[in-house]
Amino acid sequence: MTQTQAQTATQRVTPIMIGRAVDRVDGLAKTTGAAPFSTDYPLPGLAYAALTYSTIACGRILAIDTRTAAALPGVLAVITHLNAPAMKPPPRQSMLNLVSLAPGTSVNYLNTDEVLFNGQPVVLVVAESIEAAAEGAALIDVRYQACPAAVDFAVEQANAVPQKNTMAQVGSATKGDAEAALAAAPVSVDAIYTTPQHQHNAIEPHAATARWDGDRLTVYDGTQNIDWTRRHLAQRFDVPAGGVRVISRFTGGAFGGKTMVWAGTVLTALAARVVQRPVRMMLTREGVYRTVGGRTPTIQRVALGAGRDGHLTSLIHASIAQVGRTGGGPEQVTSVSRDMYAAPNMAIQQSNVTMDAVPNTVMRAPGEATGTFALESAMDELAVALGMDPIELRMLNEPLAGPLQGRAFAHRHLREAYAVGAEAFGWPHRTPGPGSMREGRHLVGMGVASAWHPSWQFQANVTVSMSAAGKVVVRCGFHEMGMGGATAQAQITADLLGVPFDAVTVSYGDSELPLGPGAGGSGQTASVAASLLTACGKLKQRLLSLAKDSRTSPLRGHRLPDLQARDGGLFVGGTTTGETYPAILARTGRQTVQEAVGSGSRVGSLLGQARFTAKFLRDKRHWIKAACGAQFCEVRVDADTGEIRISRWLGVFDVGTVINAKTAASQLRGGIVMGIGMALSERTLVDPRTGRIANPSLSEYYIPVHADIPRIDVRYLNHPDPTMPLGLTGVGEVGITGTAAAVANAIYHATGKRVRDLPITLDKLL
Amino acid sequence: MRQFSYVAAADAGSAVDLMTRTPGARYLAGGTNLVDLIREGVEQPVMLVDVTSLPLTGIEELTGGGLRIGALVRNSDLAASPLVRTRFPVVAQAVLAGASAQIRNMATTGGNLLQRTRCGYFYDLAAACNKREPGTGCAALGGGFNRMHAVLGASDSCIAVHPSDLAVALAALDAVVEVAGPDGARRITLADLYRSPADAPDRETVLQPADLITAVEIPGLPEAANSQYRKVRDRASYAFALVSVAAVLRVEDGQVACVRLALGGVAPRPWRAHLTERELLGRPATEDSFRAAAEAELAPATPREHNAFKPELARRTIVAALRRLTTQTGAS
Repeated sequence: MTQTQAQTATQRVTPIMIGRAVDRVDGLAKTTGAAPFSTDYPLPGLAYAALTYSTIACGRILAIDTRTAAALPGVLAVITHLNAPAMKPPPRQSMLNLVSLAPGTSVNYLNTDEVLFNGQPVVLVVAESIEAAAEGAALIDVRYQACPAAVDFAVEQANAVPQKNTMAQVGSATKGDAEAALAAAPVSVDAIYTTPQHQHNAIEPHAATARWDGDRLTVYDGTQNIDWTRRHLAQRFDVPAGGVRVISRFTGGAFGGKTMVWAGTVLTALAARVVQRPVRMMLTREGVYRTVGGRTPTIQRVALGAGRDGHLTSLIHASIAQVGRTGGGPEQVTSVSRDMYAAPNMAIQQSNVTMDAVPNTVMRAPGEATGTFALESAMDELAVALGMDPIELRMLNEPLAGPLQGRAFAHRHLREAYAVGAEAFGWPHRTPGPGSMREGRHLVGMGVASAWHPSWQFQANVTVSMSAAGKVVVRCGFHEMGMGGATAQAQITADLLGVPFDAVTVSYGDSELPLGPGAGGSGQTASVAASLLTACGKLKQRLLSLAKDSRTSPLRGHRLPDLQARDGGLFVGGTTTGETYPAILARTGRQTVQEAVGSGSRVGSLLGQARFTAKFLRDKRHWIKAACGAQFCEVRVDADTGEIRISRWLGVFDVGTVINAKTAASQLRGGIVMGIGMALSERTLVDPRTGRIANPSLSEYYIPVHADIPRIDVRYLNHPDPTMPLGLTGVGEVGITGTAAAVANAIYHATGKRVRDLPITLDKLL
Repeated sequence: MRQFSYVAAADAGSAVDLMTRTPGARYLAGGTNLVDLIREGVEQPVMLVDVTSLPLTGIEELTGGGLRIGALVRNSDLAASPLVRTRFPVVAQAVLAGASAQIRNMATTGGNLLQRTRCGYFYDLAAACNKREPGTGCAALGGGFNRMHAVLGASDSCIAVHPSDLAVALAALDAVVEVAGPDGARRITLADLYRSPADAPDRETVLQPADLITAVEIPGLPEAANSQYRKVRDRASYAFALVSVAAVLRVEDGQVACVRLALGGVAPRPWRAHLTERELLGRPATEDSFRAAAEAELAPATPREHNAFKPELARRTIVAALRRLTTQTGAS
């Protein structure tokens, strides 16, 4: 629990609710089923839609036989490229127009006979029932003319193109002569690490309900970016964005898979337009695999050179990843290697190959999750080559400033994370030799790896109001995919204003609210908190001014910095001199006062974005901001069969100020669970002949089951990051980073087998 | 979902009659596999004949120590039965190694034996599959994914494996299925129930569409009290076997006096390891003879592109299971 006092320019916060393990404000609603997800809105006249997916990766549709489907009882419309209303194609992607990045693919669905990936929606069936729609979609017969397609990553990787540096992304970086230093190093490792494609598996498949009212559109959508969804739909359907409302009160998990706008949302709105009724579509699990991108596969070379004393002399990290012909951005596979170790010579290079596949998209720590597997496995290999403890090797190479450009670390307490973790995990009891910790038929191993994830902060508009009854309402169009955002922001607001937690209501998940940040980059909590700090400061100032209008107010003669916000009002420090907010408002006769941060107007939002980008770039020049941590893993490997079971886990995290100890732990644990899946079992099987995903279901795509996951111990250091609002860095993604490497390193320690190819299935240990 | 009619059968006789008269109809019991297959469009029955209210839910003791298990005994009840757990632990363990608690609460004994392969290409209507659509080919061969597939007893027309765990245990125990059919009742040994794929992988058993499994009989085998089901898979639960072993062992004076062994995850059918059994009988119950006997069974294995590990994994798992049964009786 935090006892820190986070300083800001304008106010001091005494943490009362901040840091506590508060139950979620929506816990009851979610456990009783009262929380509305995007398919839970009962609209009169609702119709249902389903999709038919292409079975080729590249080519043209020659003919579609829709007769059987159209004749099916209950089918209202069978929509193909031959009869679909025209939509505007997605715009060219540009960093100057961020919403141009919103669509997951550039395909103008059902407006073209062109097929650009295996699984592309080619027919949309709308019906009176889910069953009739699904049946209609199954009865469609499509004939194609196929063309050769780039679908086999193992083959196509040879065509990868080196990535250039842009304002937004680093493709390469060098310092000194890394290859020469590697060749000259007395101890070195140089290895290739590979990770497979991964698919999104949020418990709630992508789902939307859409209703048109003339040119006005309302969409209930499970999304991580309400504003992108709204503006993208407005652009595609050529209607004013102001007339599009997107409501996303609850999203059933997302992990990045609902950041972009994918086919399902666009086509639900299209279906509603065609049948002139509200339409709902929840993708099948197969539909998610076919139409929503996943994590790119990677091939990575990591080479490390070191002196016999363990000091790094060279660090090389080169990656090959894939993007889609129709979209998907390069993943930052090497980003962690740029910040992690003090090597005098470094060479970083990312390359990408374009594939005829559903484009890759962000998935929890995109780039960092795969990159840390290679880097942190290689560090373990180097420790073995040096005969050195892997923690000691890391501590020896802990940089004082950014290894590439010498930028300062905003805060970095990795040493402490390892020290705390090593003691708590019993690391000193580990005997270093591989296979040296056998227990009966089980080979026991312990491994570590570092976790690292950059901290982000985005633009967030908020309003905060105080009522005469002392009730506070926060309004901000942010997103709730299960993280507990409303709870965290209510805790923050309660402490900023000095009101009880249950006096605060947080409204989110609606495009009618002030523009919220997208839920990505682990940045939502910090982004909203930053604006709440300003808005609550303004609100207190306003209330103080109102108090001072009265000659009798005990607050006369006091300035806000001298006052404490507590007990539901403003008080002089250490005294009972002061007034409650209701008392102030009662005297003025006002029912409520409200303050806002950010403007919803077009000019206002452009200004906001410009101001924000300027701050972002300024910050980026000065600081390396990140959450970090030390991951400790213990495995047991069956000596007969190679079956791997993780028996213990500890993650010690430096994530700045923790807002809610309970939901933050859930985020970190969730990341570790996802990382364990990545380490041991998850793998999208893309048929190298057809580009078709061969395991589009939860029974064949192996995410971990409960029995695969041990008790996961999570600890925080709780040192505020002085450059971040309230000192918080974000917790959503750092948990997955380093996880797969910690598992691989523990398996090496248990068995003496170094597996560099994920997932580490038991056959690789036979 | 496709339109089909649904009839709840009142008794076995009328169920068989209805099925005989209705081409394209299917029996529905737990539905844990069939309903999935209908949803995926793999099965397209015109009628479902629901047999779940038939009185086939008992577990009876037979003279000689055997058990007669009604075809509608739920997997969860089968695994929980004290008779099964004490006389045939391998059966209870096999059932518990499969699926999830929710599925086991629905799935039946008879249905378990007739579940269909989990080959991904069998499920994907866009893929070639001789089992789903005879004559179209096998997408698991010629560059397809075949990590889960067969290394024993397959054919070039199909390399899919049979997914049942229960059937592997029953194969080791020489179980017999009782069947009600258009021509009356008959008994089929489990060994005879399954066909080899040869050139007709769509026909997985010798049963005709109207045949209804009414019970499974496990003959008495005192040695089966010392038995084990060992399932090796890609995650700790809710995954089909890469390799599984059902084993019964009795050791006398350090010699193998009785051994029964069957393998799962390696063949289109539950694979009775006769060669291992023959090799082991009368030999010393040692790691070396277990290994040699396992070698004998796997010698003819034909691995494919992604499952070259299976023969070795099967050998190791056989040895591990037999070792465990040896130490369990304290006879080694």
